[in-house]
Amino acid sequence: MVQILSGAVSLGLLWAVMTIGVYITYRILNIADLTVEGSITMGASIAAITMLNGTDPYVSLFLALLGGMAAGLATGLLITRFKIPPLLSGILTMIALYSINLRIMGTSNLSLLKKKDFSEMNTVYTPFESLGLDRNEAAIVVGLLVVATLVAILYWFFGTEIGCAIRATGNNPNMVRAQGINTDTTVILGLVLSNGLVAISGGLIAQSQRFADIQMGTGSIVIGLASVIIGEVLFGKNGFLRRLISLALGAVTYRVIIALVLKMGMPANDLKLFTAITVAAALALPVFKEYLITLKKSARAGE
Amino acid sequence: MLIVSGLYKTFNAGTVNQKEALKNLSLHVEKGDFVTVIGGNGAGKSTLLNCIAGVYPPDQGCIIIDGTNVTRLPEHKRAPVMGRVFQDPMMGTASDMGIEENLALAYRRGQRRGLKWGITSRERELYRTLLKTLDLGLEDRLSTKVGLLSGGQRQALTLLMAVLKKPKLLLLDEHTAALDPKTAEKVLVLTDHLVKEYDLTTLMVTHNMRDAIRHGNRLIMMHDGRIILDIKGEEKKKLTVEALINRFGRASGEDFAFDRALLS
Repeated sequence: MVQILSGAVSLGLLWAVMTIGVYITYRILNIADLTVEGSITMGASIAAITMLNGTDPYVSLFLALLGGMAAGLATGLLITRFKIPPLLSGILTMIALYSINLRIMGTSNLSLLKKKDFSEMNTVYTPFESLGLDRNEAAIVVGLLVVATLVAILYWFFGTEIGCAIRATGNNPNMVRAQGINTDTTVILGLVLSNGLVAISGGLIAQSQRFADIQMGTGSIVIGLASVIIGEVLFGKNGFLRRLISLALGAVTYRVIIALVLKMGMPANDLKLFTAITVAAALALPVFKEYLITLKKSARAGE
Repeated sequence: MLIVSGLYKTFNAGTVNQKEALKNLSLHVEKGDFVTVIGGNGAGKSTLLNCIAGVYPPDQGCIIIDGTNVTRLPEHKRAPVMGRVFQDPMMGTASDMGIEENLALAYRRGQRRGLKWGITSRERELYRTLLKTLDLGLEDRLSTKVGLLSGGQRQALTLLMAVLKKPKLLLLDEHTAALDPKTAEKVLVLTDHLVKEYDLTTLMVTHNMRDAIRHGNRLIMMHDGRIILDIKGEEKKKLTVEALINRFGRASGEDFAFDRALLS
């Protein structure tokens, strides 16, 4: 059980990076960006192929970041320059990335094992594993470090002039243009940042599970949204720092819930259905609430 | 200060919904003028303001602000020289952000935005002093989200944001139309005060004849995409609602009953 939980926590922390990316587009820019399904796989693909070619694991993560940023840029240009609706723009980039990721890897699945002796390659987790930590513990340590760094950087960034402009863009683009800000630029910046983070997350996951797979992004947007919503519901959304931390906690909670449900005997194949229903229910919550309130009111009026 | 010449704008050209909103409209506004713009629904008042602000490009004609031809400039590039307040109180502010954050966004209009803090403590003091002049108690609620303010408070804040950088041109697009009469009056008094204090060249669109007469030093009336009346100076000061209605009837040559109800 401890093993299962530590596995869930480590996976949750690595996905927390992706969750923060989803939060930037979904909540800050007010765009449901499906690019992430492709950019998380892209991050994994780039990390895997570059490491197999002898690149340092840290450098490979940096390259993954650049790849994800390029994907975000593509979606941003489709939305702003070509006026394609955001949802469709994301889908277009996502589909394009499927082919691009296959090209990057040259195959649909890459294993991070050394060819000659099938031993595992060095990853960003190796230094911590050599300290005597097991695989999950090492991933937890790395995940915590990365998430803490990102929370600090993003907290700063969204307090700067550019960061404020990006936040205002998701709120009221008309007002932002009236204040002399090019909303095309802010939308693109947000998407580039978001998909860069998602790709880092993909790279971290690939290094942790020691393979990259073309299918690993499928449904990731829903997982990201689920984590964002769980974080908001359970840990609150007052104050920006608190929100950022609640994203990480949300991502971890999601993984723990999934681990527990699987432990209780739910077939793994039903996982995506379960996630989709959870997210749909959470998003529908305000409607239910309103319905209940009117119901109560009419009941009171009837008395 | 503002020269508009030969402006044409047609919406949905070539469809059954074709609407010629501006037809060869020309207007010359002097520095320091406070022009009220009046007219019925669909007269083209808002279209004129939006063309000046760069929300839509005109089909023909040109717009020159303080010697610079801005006709082809996008909205955000014109913003540095103009302050705007909209009809919908939601339009002028970012509702999920604090009062001070909104002011800080406006305070940087026309400046390059970089990685410096989005708001400094020195600015906070400035905002507090300025908000105090609004007399709405907002100076003690700097970090309150704007979404929690009333429509009147929002419009007052938007006005302050619009004048904060002393723009060359202040564009008010029926900015009191969505408010209750008492609040509308307050916002108008504040408008007069700020226009005087910052010595702003102003264009104020309104539906209300009385407001159009009472405020500003010049009144233009629009009808069917054209300016049909232009009243200034002493003549403007002596203007009454009745006189304005009569002159509108003569100038437009149309039955007036419907628009009269709308305008008064």
